[in-house]
Amino acid sequence: MDTFIPNEYEVVRNAEYCIGCRVCERQCANSVHKFDNDLGKMIADSSKCVNCHRCVCLCHTHAIKIVKSDDVYRVNANWSMQTMNEVYRQANSGGVLLSSMGNPNDYPKYFDKILVNASQVTNPSIDPLREPMETCVYLGKKDAEIKRDNQGRLIDTLAPQLKLNMPIMFSAMSYGSISYNAHESLARAAEELGIFYNTGEGGLHKDFYKYGNNTIVQVASGRFGVHADYLAAAAAIEIKMGQGAKPGIGGHLPGIKISDDVSKTRMIPKGVDAISPAPHHDIYSIEDLRQLIYTLKEATDYRKPIIVKIAAVHNVAAIASGVARSGADIIAIDGFRGGTGAAPTRIRDNVGIPIELALARVDERLRQEGIRDSVSVVVAGSIHSSADVVKAIALGADACYIGTAALLALGCHLCRSCHTGKCNWGIATQRPDLVKRLNPDIGYKRLVNLITAWNHEIKEMMGGMGLNSIEALRGNRLMLRGVGLNDAELKVLGIRHAGEDM
Amino acid sequence: MVINIDENMNFQMLNKRIRDAVDKETVLNGCIGQRYIGTGVSDKKIVINGTPGNALGAYLNGGEIYVYANAQDATGDTMNSGTIVIHGNAGDATGYAMRGGKIYVHGNTGYRAGIHMKAYMEYKPVIVIGGRAGSFLGEYQAGGIIVVLGQNDDGLPIINNFCGTGMHGGKIYLRCKSLPHRIPSQVRAEKLCGNKDAELIGIIDDYCKYFDDMNADHLLDADYFVLTPNSENPYKRMYTDN
Repeated sequence: MDTFIPNEYEVVRNAEYCIGCRVCERQCANSVHKFDNDLGKMIADSSKCVNCHRCVCLCHTHAIKIVKSDDVYRVNANWSMQTMNEVYRQANSGGVLLSSMGNPNDYPKYFDKILVNASQVTNPSIDPLREPMETCVYLGKKDAEIKRDNQGRLIDTLAPQLKLNMPIMFSAMSYGSISYNAHESLARAAEELGIFYNTGEGGLHKDFYKYGNNTIVQVASGRFGVHADYLAAAAAIEIKMGQGAKPGIGGHLPGIKISDDVSKTRMIPKGVDAISPAPHHDIYSIEDLRQLIYTLKEATDYRKPIIVKIAAVHNVAAIASGVARSGADIIAIDGFRGGTGAAPTRIRDNVGIPIELALARVDERLRQEGIRDSVSVVVAGSIHSSADVVKAIALGADACYIGTAALLALGCHLCRSCHTGKCNWGIATQRPDLVKRLNPDIGYKRLVNLITAWNHEIKEMMGGMGLNSIEALRGNRLMLRGVGLNDAELKVLGIRHAGEDM
Repeated sequence: MVINIDENMNFQMLNKRIRDAVDKETVLNGCIGQRYIGTGVSDKKIVINGTPGNALGAYLNGGEIYVYANAQDATGDTMNSGTIVIHGNAGDATGYAMRGGKIYVHGNTGYRAGIHMKAYMEYKPVIVIGGRAGSFLGEYQAGGIIVVLGQNDDGLPIINNFCGTGMHGGKIYLRCKSLPHRIPSQVRAEKLCGNKDAELIGIIDDYCKYFDDMNADHLLDADYFVLTPNSENPYKRMYTDN
């Protein structure tokens, strides 16, 4: 009695080009392709295709393309085919709709409606190839009092800092949601770039302790893999209060994904669901959050910055103000377009607010309250390019987290099927035959390439503005102008419309 | 080493002294609400005369902590191994997400004791509560053992609401004649008739070594209910791929 749901995509094979080498068949974990002995040719079952483009990329003769199916329901501007199919899926199964990666819907992308300034004639621009440009940032509390001992020497009262060679880090993605080889690629790239990657709430694999100086470890409500050595290994500790893709919702890694190795890293038995409920059940207030922050500081002798990650929600500015006063060294804010290995579709697509607006309000609020220096601000949730990084910093961020862009560098084609665990690119899977497709020797270099290129672009844009230090860009909203934004949006962003002068 | 504490001693100062102490054993006299005592400590013995503050023995990684009074909230948060013995009552969220070691409480505990408790290979955490437990006992429990002995004399029930909600591993033993009301649907309850299992006997014997007024034979000569989860994978059938 299940309603048939037509294929979203069709696999089209050019018979003239196909040489029947069967690479597509071997590469597809969804069993789309097979050789039909009776027909003597390759055939494809498009109903199984997730459009990950693995077969397209690996076909030597370029015989395959994936096209959007032109099969349509009766055209209806109110009920889209996707919406109708979702109703059918739920009527078929009774299940909560589950999706992966960030919100794909057509909400405004504010970064694309903000333009950056450049110098002309006066205040000349700077050529980053010729002159030193500083993109190094330090994350942590900067509100130290200047104190001297009785000899007049400075006493170091500065809280611990994270030094980043460039204002970009890899967002939290757990081992379990992504593969061993993906983690190794991120860790090695972070080390080479002088930045940080984040373990997510999946614990730290013993092989990756050696990258500890470039590792942020996460403590979430389930406390998976959290123990003394894990805290000691990291450069910083992140308390996960929320995630942009699913604000107010917890996580659960289904037992089927808890392989031997994932079980060891999370320190839970194999095959048992790993449940991280939405709230930490010991945190119901800023005071309670302070308590968790201080247990972590006590456990690491006040040597490591503590990050508190929250999702961008309606009252984010007031929440961030509380977090800044809770003793956190760094606040990470994740916007509503942030990625995920699995989230209920309705939550992902309907809850939270855009990171650009959240960031602008948080920075403004912390400044108004005179506590901007007591915390660093890191933003996440669809940072697509170096231009987005520049705009985020000008809106007041200290640094950005990137997740999806990093996965794209590793081969991800955004088919948004991570939750099935059958990632053909070896990223969001634990199946050994798939994981080995991602070669970390190549993966880490691709990440290094990406971030190095972005860093150069950041320097060029800074140079264009006549700035030679990222410090001079932070919160410098006069460098930004909006296009096509209404008064409310401009007011929240704290920027002027293009064409309005200083 | 003996540290005499007064209300002016800040927790940061106190904990630094405990961490830096060369002696294996540290005695704290006059403890008055200082938080985070013994956080992340391993292989030390800390004896507390007085009332420690919240998060006593968080991330504890071995060693022993003895409290000769009541303890407050979040005792043994995420502890990995070691022993915490409390000669009074313990507050809320006792043993949150503990993975190993044991917490023995002479009296009662507040809300959410043993929430998120888990087990892993040789790690098998144990919480024994001499009196009664508040609501949400063993919520989201994924492993380990919680025993509630019901020795309280205030006439209140051995457990309160929502015991074992979301439980998907481990066991809860309740020493009582009849099953308390309102056990959630994802928990299976079974009465232990006659012989107690070796695991429970071992735990009770060990618990009684720490408290002079507890008698193992007396504690074991009673009815027990054992609560276990219905499923290790409570979310298995909840979703549909989109």
